[in-house]
Amino acid sequence: MADTTPQIPRFQHRSLGEYFGMIIVLALVLSSIAATAPQLDALGRGLTRLFAPSGLLAQMFPPDISRIDRIALQLLETLQMAVAGAALGLIFALPFAILATDRLSPHPLIRMAARGIIALFRTIPDLVWAIFFIIMVGLGPAAGVLAIMVDKIGFAGRFFAEAMEEADTGPQDALRAIGASRMGVIFSSVIPACLPSFTATSLFSLEKAVRGSAALGLVGAGGIGVDLKVAFDLFNYDEALTIILMLFALVIAVEQGSSWIRSKLI
Amino acid sequence: MTAHPRAAQLQADPAQAGSALVVSRLAKSFDGRPVLTGLDFTVRAGVATALIGANGSGKSTLMKCLIRLIEPSAGQITMLGQDVLSLSPRALRAFRSQVGVVWQKHNLVPRLSALSNVVHGVQSRMSGPRTWFQSLAPAAVRAQALACLDRVGLADRALQRVDSLSGGQAQRVAIARMLMQEPRIILADEPDASLDPQSGQEVMRLLADLARQDGLTLIIISHRMEHTLEFSDHILGLQQGRIVMDRPTRGVDAALLRRFFEHQD
Repeated sequence: MADTTPQIPRFQHRSLGEYFGMIIVLALVLSSIAATAPQLDALGRGLTRLFAPSGLLAQMFPPDISRIDRIALQLLETLQMAVAGAALGLIFALPFAILATDRLSPHPLIRMAARGIIALFRTIPDLVWAIFFIIMVGLGPAAGVLAIMVDKIGFAGRFFAEAMEEADTGPQDALRAIGASRMGVIFSSVIPACLPSFTATSLFSLEKAVRGSAALGLVGAGGIGVDLKVAFDLFNYDEALTIILMLFALVIAVEQGSSWIRSKLI
Repeated sequence: MTAHPRAAQLQADPAQAGSALVVSRLAKSFDGRPVLTGLDFTVRAGVATALIGANGSGKSTLMKCLIRLIEPSAGQITMLGQDVLSLSPRALRAFRSQVGVVWQKHNLVPRLSALSNVVHGVQSRMSGPRTWFQSLAPAAVRAQALACLDRVGLADRALQRVDSLSGGQAQRVAIARMLMQEPRIILADEPDASLDPQSGQEVMRLLADLARQDGLTLIIISHRMEHTLEFSDHILGLQQGRIVMDRPTRGVDAALLRRFFEHQD
């Protein structure tokens, strides 16, 4: 009996342009690795030093807990910076997001301006914002809080606006037909409908803020990062390990807590 | 239940009922394609008028033009004594507050309770945070919303989220929200479309009864012929964007209406 099963080609036929595009991408990746990645021999020497009897790892163990009270206080400050920065950022993100949403913005120019500000806040890294605010308000946690706040306006503002764009327009139209004001439509219909998405974004913002706030200390914007930098600068690697482990525990605790809240609320 | 004074007056002397709606030479085109062509008709106050027509005949477009959710291309609309097409945005908002609309889909806010959704109806005459949720509403507003829910038979579901209600119950909550608005005229665009036959029948009967009790003018689109015959006093038949039937429901038989329900489920 003749085989009538159609023959399916194993690979899809691609155009010359597509092959050219693939070659460009591959060349970009390889040239980037060649230009910046560590040489294999240098990496090997580094690993040898790391695991040597008097190397970095040996100096880290056992972790030094003699200053654990001071580290715990700094960790608390880090958490406070993250909570304050994320809370302020989320509060200010909402009006920016409303103004950036097609159906809710009062004017196209205002919408463009709001979207521009959100994009600016999002694209500049929080470390750069931290340096900016250190110049503005001086070293310490206040600069860190402001940096986290601006970063979160950019992060949450974008996701809040996307959630509001995707919200069912039927209830909004029904309220408009009743004669409801713009604020009435937003607070009666749009925000309740977007609450699950807002909650998820807010919790991710908090997690991101806790992780980010440790790094902000490295440039002097308060929190545990300052102590971590000092520990490394003074070669107190055993104390640095204590800080890293406590920071790890804090981040895990916040992530677990936010997962639990998410599962309860959404 | 005691009849609304407006309903008592209409029952005493139906001939004295004025016009709730006068439409003249109304036209609407989309990209040069005419959908409504020079419509002329009048709807008397306190009368239930069925707007019927096959799919694509322009019923929903006409309904939306009446409250300017769609802007007509030409013509004149006088509803509740107001020249609708000349209203400023602010005046249009005030005008819409007098017009209750019941949609095909209930268009309630799903995560909120039935009572909060009904409280939203007060936004036709109030604004501010106290109109956003039932928990913030003034006692009088809350009591009125609860009374509206009671009229549609759902007072016992007041605090239940509307996304946990059946389709028929949700549509009744939407009707309660419309009652909360204290409208003078009701526009209902196929309120039975997404419901099973029994729920659809109940919703249509509820709307007709409430309109009769309160002496409200009711303009209703229904895709079911038996509902048109049972719940309307007057019929306007649309065909290809023109009014081809304008007569009282009494004396109309099913054979005469059949062509308006072609291509409909």
